[in-house]
Amino acid sequence: MLDYIIRRLLVMIPTLLIISILVFIIIQLPPGDYLTTLIQEYQDRGEQIGEEVLAFYRENYGFGEPMWKQYLLWMKGILLEGNLGYSFEYELPVADVVGDRMFLTILVSFVTIIFVYIVAFPIGVYSAVNQYSPGDYALTLVGFIGLATPNFLLALVLMYLANQWTGASIGGLVDDELRDAPMSWEKFVSVLQHLWVPVIVIGTSGTAGMIRRLRANLLDELHKQYVVTARAKGVSPRKTLFKYPLRMALNPFIADIGNILPEIISGSAIVSIVLSLETTGPMLLRALETQDMYLAGSFLMVLALLTVLGNLLSDLALAVLDPRIRLGAEATK
Amino acid sequence: MSDSTANTPDARKPEPLDHFVSQAPFDAQAATLLTPEQEKYYLSSQWRLMWLKFRRHKLALWSGIYLILVYASILISEVIAPYSFTHRHTDFIYAPPQEVRLFHDGSFIGPYVYPYDVKLNMEELRWDYTEDTSNPQKLRFLCTSDDYAGSTYEFWGLFESNFHLVCPAAGGQFFFLGTDRLGRDIQSRIIQGARISLTVGLIGVTISFVLGITLGGMAGYFGGMVDWCVQRVIEVIRSFPSLPLWMALSAAMPVNWSPIVVFLGITVILGLLDWPGLARAVRSKLLALREEDFAVAAQLMGATPTRIIGKHLLPSFTSHLIASVTLAVPSMILGETALSFLGLGLKPPITSWGVLLNEAQNFNAVALYPWLLWPAAPVILVVLAFQFLGDGLRDAADPYK
Repeated sequence: MLDYIIRRLLVMIPTLLIISILVFIIIQLPPGDYLTTLIQEYQDRGEQIGEEVLAFYRENYGFGEPMWKQYLLWMKGILLEGNLGYSFEYELPVADVVGDRMFLTILVSFVTIIFVYIVAFPIGVYSAVNQYSPGDYALTLVGFIGLATPNFLLALVLMYLANQWTGASIGGLVDDELRDAPMSWEKFVSVLQHLWVPVIVIGTSGTAGMIRRLRANLLDELHKQYVVTARAKGVSPRKTLFKYPLRMALNPFIADIGNILPEIISGSAIVSIVLSLETTGPMLLRALETQDMYLAGSFLMVLALLTVLGNLLSDLALAVLDPRIRLGAEATK
Repeated sequence: MSDSTANTPDARKPEPLDHFVSQAPFDAQAATLLTPEQEKYYLSSQWRLMWLKFRRHKLALWSGIYLILVYASILISEVIAPYSFTHRHTDFIYAPPQEVRLFHDGSFIGPYVYPYDVKLNMEELRWDYTEDTSNPQKLRFLCTSDDYAGSTYEFWGLFESNFHLVCPAAGGQFFFLGTDRLGRDIQSRIIQGARISLTVGLIGVTISFVLGITLGGMAGYFGGMVDWCVQRVIEVIRSFPSLPLWMALSAAMPVNWSPIVVFLGITVILGLLDWPGLARAVRSKLLALREEDFAVAAQLMGATPTRIIGKHLLPSFTSHLIASVTLAVPSMILGETALSFLGLGLKPPITSWGVLLNEAQNFNAVALYPWLLWPAAPVILVVLAFQFLGDGLRDAADPYK
């Protein structure tokens, strides 16, 4: 097992390296860089940018140097000093800008995954056990609509309805007066109070997909011979369901973390822009627009890292939980 | 044994069984002969079987028909829309949807609308619309007329015309879904937006299909190093949350690109990042199939890998591929909508559903003018239809169901 974990971790290294190169290329793609934007801004105001400022930027961030040198500089900072770079827009190190938002993103994603599991599990089991019942049809239809509705639209509609009925805005993730306050117990509670809207909005499509997969898997299991045998021998219906088939059908719950996590993170990016949540989404959009390259790059990098870690966790959990997966046994072909 | 013998008291004494001899002429083929229905079923080609199964899936069938109609409509969007989609009705800013009625004063006069009286509400700084119920304006059908504003359009940018399926009365209005902040008819814009939104899906899926089959096919067939490389690439692409990556890539497109190039750029971005799922499916199928006798036979006869993959291996699961491609189209459409909604994708003057929804991003506008959300309806309908169609196709392609 330890062997497997180590091998799995080693595979992550080249993946993350390639990701970092890709991220760097992507954030370098727009013509010009932040320095040209900055010089332009100063010129528009009729001022001259100080030569020492330019020199500072050039020296520390390698502007004007070839791309690979800038990349190495960036990577050196991350690996040796844990320094993600500097956000030009906020004039702060990226880590300071990102910190709180990253925490909120992880919190929202985590709660959403829990929500998806809690909702999808009973509904999926019900749909499979009562296949083709009116309840199954109704839930399937709701699920399909959930899959088909882009979640930013759902967010818009919810905001509209909440505004019509209660006159209150459901945007944001904390109360206004606590927005700029440092993280505290009070703020945490306020976040929890606001969390349900984004969680429902982001979780809908994931839940719908999960219900369909669980239903399909459970149906496959329910038609297998061992279930028929158990039933013929008079095992109680409850036990015939929970003892074996359900356990088998649960695998996608764990295996899917790898699929659901990127989905939820991308979903939350756009939903948080619509609902103006204080997560990474709006800031990423802003950073992309202003070519605040290290900020944008760090967001992409950390989001990709989260996904890779999620995949790792789901692989490990699956290896522990599913006895059919034999580690080390190579596939024959 | 007949009932009468069983009821006699002395039933224990066995009687010889009735001996039945069929008088019908003996047909040695009888066991293997098929009824016409069976014959039709067993001798049909794979595609015919799929169609027979698919036809039973009513929801999928209707979704397919709906999609064909919608896709056909993009050929003649301008004719279906009552107005030119760029025309600004400056007297009707943010006009609410007009209700189509059939009966006026208790008598049937066919579909008509009441014209709007517009008043400027100086207190809230908005236009107030009231219906003038004394003056029903009948809608006209299949009309060629330029007696109302915005009737003239350029058909595919080629020639001018003013033939419409539905027109308002002369000098009247027909804003079935209301107008936007520039007084443009939302219904016409939705119909026009379908052209872009739907083609994004098709072109994107084509790119992803070609890439997925080529790379997945290579990985599955050759194995070894090729497989390892493709696997790593897939892993890397799948590690990115798709939307932030799309956002970054579309933000990287220079602002001075012409709208049509941006449109192509967006489709390429969507297509370039969508293929891993398909490639995985192709790869795992090929890994198993390349060991089959027919593949080895083709190899021994000296067929090239391209020929073996394309001619012998792929056809055995084309139906699956088609089903999964159908299921991939909605994600493209949603992707374009999301990007344009954020203002990173297509930009006016190109009109797509996402561009239309971009106007709904301003929440205050939505609260006052909820009909700005209408472009969401076709998005949801089309995506739903693709889901149902894809599900039906997948079930039909599965030989074990």
